[in-house]
Amino acid sequence: MKAFSHPVRVKRRVAIEAIMVMVIILLMIQMWLLTATLESFLAGHADAALPGALLSGVLFLACVALYWMIVRLDRAPERDEEPHGLGPWNIQ
Amino acid sequence: MKTPSDGSLTKPSSPEIPPERRPLWSEEFSVHAAEDNYVLRRQFTKFLVLTSFGMFVGNLWIWVRSLFGKARPEFAEAAVANATEIPPGGVKLFTYPTPNDPCIMIRKANGELVAYGQKCTHLSCAVYYSRENNRLECPCHEGYFSIETGDVLQGPPPRPLPRIRLEQRGDRIVAMGVYPAPEGS
Repeated sequence: MKAFSHPVRVKRRVAIEAIMVMVIILLMIQMWLLTATLESFLAGHADAALPGALLSGVLFLACVALYWMIVRLDRAPERDEEPHGLGPWNIQ
Repeated sequence: MKTPSDGSLTKPSSPEIPPERRPLWSEEFSVHAAEDNYVLRRQFTKFLVLTSFGMFVGNLWIWVRSLFGKARPEFAEAAVANATEIPPGGVKLFTYPTPNDPCIMIRKANGELVAYGQKCTHLSCAVYYSRENNRLECPCHEGYFSIETGDVLQGPPPRPLPRIRLEQRGDRIVAMGVYPAPEGS
């Protein structure tokens, strides 16, 4: 696995995995927010509905921004890099 | 994964079966199940972002429902018991406001009647009156409710029991509606 041992690739992979972990954490917060807002709404209190929706929107936008970072990292050319494979394909 | 020396584009081949022993259809039908199941990290993150969007839509739906659902439902009056049939410490079960809403009516030691919805606010198990402890108890997960207010005393229930408004008319006990949930509950 020569391609994965390239230092630029390793750094990039670590960055992408860190971003994915952040997306998952944001998703868990959003899931908790949804259940808490629904619970409050079913209890007859609508006060938390608007702040919950706004915060959920912010978390969604943060997820989109992190996804955009992953796309950019995946597509950015690597400096001093030898030809490498993409996914299951090998292009040389 | 073998790569030919001429640098051509190749698909990964299965190392177990040599090419001469592979059936003819596997060449004609060029779908590779293993590659079909291959998920890129970008695709996976896209799925996570779509899930995030779904939860955002869910929150928006709750907000829209809260805008249009502020009017409290009107409950019809219904005679649910005779005034003399429940002794102090006694219990009567009835349904209100629909046949699918079981309720429990208790006459306290001081003679006052109280009634609550019988579905536990945790997972809808039927609560019962514990005379020894003078409280309503849910047998499923040991959620306890105050007999005075319906508030949660202990356990996993997140909300108080809905309290039924009662009024005595002659010798009839009439259910008049459901008290709104107190703020902060």
